[in-house]
Amino acid sequence: MATVERDEVTGVDTTGHEWDGIKELNNPLPKWWLYVFYASIAFSVLWWILFPAWPSSTGYTPGLLGSNQRLELDTRLAEARAAQAVFLERIAAADAAEVAADPELLQFALAGGERHFKDNCAGCHGLGGAGQLHYPTLADDAWIWGGSLDSIQQTIRHGIRNEDDPDARFGIMPAFGADEILSREEIAGVVQYVLALGGQDHDAALAATGQETYELNCAACHGEDGKGIRDLGAPNLTDAVWLYGNTPEEIAAQISRPQHGVMPAWQGRLPEEVITMLTVYVHNLGGGE
Amino acid sequence: MAAVMTAPVGRALSAYDEDVVRLFTLATVFWGVVGFLVGVVIAFQLAYPVLNLDLEWTSFGRLRPLHTSAVVFAFGGNALLGTSLYVVQRTCRTSLFGGPLLASFLFWGYQLFIVLAATGYVMGVTQSREYAEPEWYVDLWLTVVWVTYLVIFMGTLLKRKEPHIYVANWFYLAFIITIAMLHIVNNLAVPVTFFGIKSYSLFAGVQDALTQWWYGHNAVGFFLTAGFLGMMYYFVPKQANRPVYSYRLSIIHFWALIFLYIWAGPHHLHYTALPDWAQVLGMTFSIMLWMPSWGGMINGLMTLSGAWDKLRTDPVLRFLVVSVAFYGMSTFEGPLMSIRQVNALSHYTDWTIGHVHSGALGWVAFVSFGAVYYLVPRLWQAQRLYSLRLVEWHFWIATLGIVLYITAMWVSGIMQGLMWRSYDSLGFLQYSFVETVAAMHPYYVIRAFGGVLFLSGALIMVYNLIRTMRREIRVEEEPGRVMAGPVPAPAE
Repeated sequence: MATVERDEVTGVDTTGHEWDGIKELNNPLPKWWLYVFYASIAFSVLWWILFPAWPSSTGYTPGLLGSNQRLELDTRLAEARAAQAVFLERIAAADAAEVAADPELLQFALAGGERHFKDNCAGCHGLGGAGQLHYPTLADDAWIWGGSLDSIQQTIRHGIRNEDDPDARFGIMPAFGADEILSREEIAGVVQYVLALGGQDHDAALAATGQETYELNCAACHGEDGKGIRDLGAPNLTDAVWLYGNTPEEIAAQISRPQHGVMPAWQGRLPEEVITMLTVYVHNLGGGE
Repeated sequence: MAAVMTAPVGRALSAYDEDVVRLFTLATVFWGVVGFLVGVVIAFQLAYPVLNLDLEWTSFGRLRPLHTSAVVFAFGGNALLGTSLYVVQRTCRTSLFGGPLLASFLFWGYQLFIVLAATGYVMGVTQSREYAEPEWYVDLWLTVVWVTYLVIFMGTLLKRKEPHIYVANWFYLAFIITIAMLHIVNNLAVPVTFFGIKSYSLFAGVQDALTQWWYGHNAVGFFLTAGFLGMMYYFVPKQANRPVYSYRLSIIHFWALIFLYIWAGPHHLHYTALPDWAQVLGMTFSIMLWMPSWGGMINGLMTLSGAWDKLRTDPVLRFLVVSVAFYGMSTFEGPLMSIRQVNALSHYTDWTIGHVHSGALGWVAFVSFGAVYYLVPRLWQAQRLYSLRLVEWHFWIATLGIVLYITAMWVSGIMQGLMWRSYDSLGFLQYSFVETVAAMHPYYVIRAFGGVLFLSGALIMVYNLIRTMRREIRVEEEPGRVMAGPVPAPAE
């Protein structure tokens, strides 16, 4: 039967129980442990008195201080909206040029534009309009459809080549190779000529043959000088900016079976004052005209 | 080392059903390695998304439940089932109720549950309830298996040859009963078609959320806390060869823990559609839970009174004791994070992930490692472990892994929370979500590296255990000898 023993190391009695060689000391509850436990209970009771806590059949105990997260959220949102409303109303009543001319509105529009750009545009155009392969950089001065405030705003409102907005900017390059408008050799010549236009290494003899093909087939949109025509969305081929890559293979692929990026229309998705702020922000990224 | 001296006595052991315990021990180690490996993979996926491989079966969304279920239910579950069947026999001085046949049904039935659940996750079969992802037919199977477990455990307690029930068994029993209740209620669902795999929960909206987190939090409370406290209460005093510190503390903290834990779930739903009053209750019950949780830590650590020196020479005991320390840390951090104002910052951030892993790696895994190191030489009739030096290596590598993991997640979690809530002077949010993701990257790499260390430690354990099972002994210097200084010459 169980016998109480004294533990030699600690001088405390055991309880007399033993299981598979395990015994238990009969130590009391540690005082600090007990008091902190009591304190946590007291804290909880205090909290129940101060805040909503216990449910009943008809509702719940409201607490002396009360708490209503939904009302708090509504209040704080209303405060935040009110703080911005002054600016937003003025921006809504102005056009982009007026906003850009007013230092106070400009500062607000740049901050707001950045915020909305990060949420809506950066996915394709990158943070700060840095761009990436297939998505134009907005922080430089190479504009496909124009870099004035009006042009930028038009692009944001209606987008590019989307099927939702009849006013979307629209420009399609023929598939010169896939539709057999040009032969392989002709395309090879144009590739060298385009490389030459951009000031890259090229085969001069091939480029010379390509020039004729270019003038007959490409110059109508990209211009005799290769500087592009913005109304058609035909990019400048003489700068160092290449949306679909600048290697001979990439250029040949783009001539043969062109890729066309699509941008959604933001009118109707974003409030007009947000589009104005985005316009001013993009214009201000570095290349605004 | 006292623990090693008590070499198993061949005949006496046969009175207990040990085949099933051996199987559970093997399964614990096997699933542990699988679970840690998947954890490392998904940690790297978060740092380098290309590792999702653009395949639905290997995407983070499917591997993440595979990881959580593998470590919690497969590794942790097998450890709990195995140790509980070992402990209940020894502390009741009787063999298992139902005999070896029922026990082996329990083992294979539980493994079938794991395999059904795991393959389902990879194939995209899920009811989208965290830690309760398996669909209705797997849930029904687990219910059958779990009731069998309850019958075996309860039956063994009833035919015990000891007058009292040892505290470890109280915790194991609380774990078994509560998990049954949680599992059944949270998985109440209506299958869409008779032979189809898809089902819909019986609950909707915020009631569904509250049921899920009543389940989710108590899976932590009763699976990962109560169950493993049962483990702690047997293996710490056995390995330290000391009596449990306080019987009274064990009674009070057991009942307080059991009573309070079940109410704490709403703290997972702060600042949601859950009514304010329910949030306040969830928070206050979590705070009251602090000391009852620490009762287990005190009893674990103070059991070492008079035996602290063993930590220097016994790395197995070190695993057990450090696990209790991590347990104490996690159960302080938990109530802290349940405070609504703290939760406003911590919720949805990596801080939560760090908190979970200080508990899962530091407490659950370490106490299981300690138990496995204790069990394997005894179950395989080896004189002692193959190498204590390798246990030391395991201990330090794994500890370093945990430290890297949780500190990386603290920093990234708090940074994430601060970035999400930072506004500029004009009232615009300062950072977009993708900027916060980019800021996490270095910490995700550190975390993944911590995971690699933890996995490496486990592989060392596997090697050590295999050699031990072959009853091999590595000739090596005893751990702690160098630091112990010159050994006095014995008197003539």
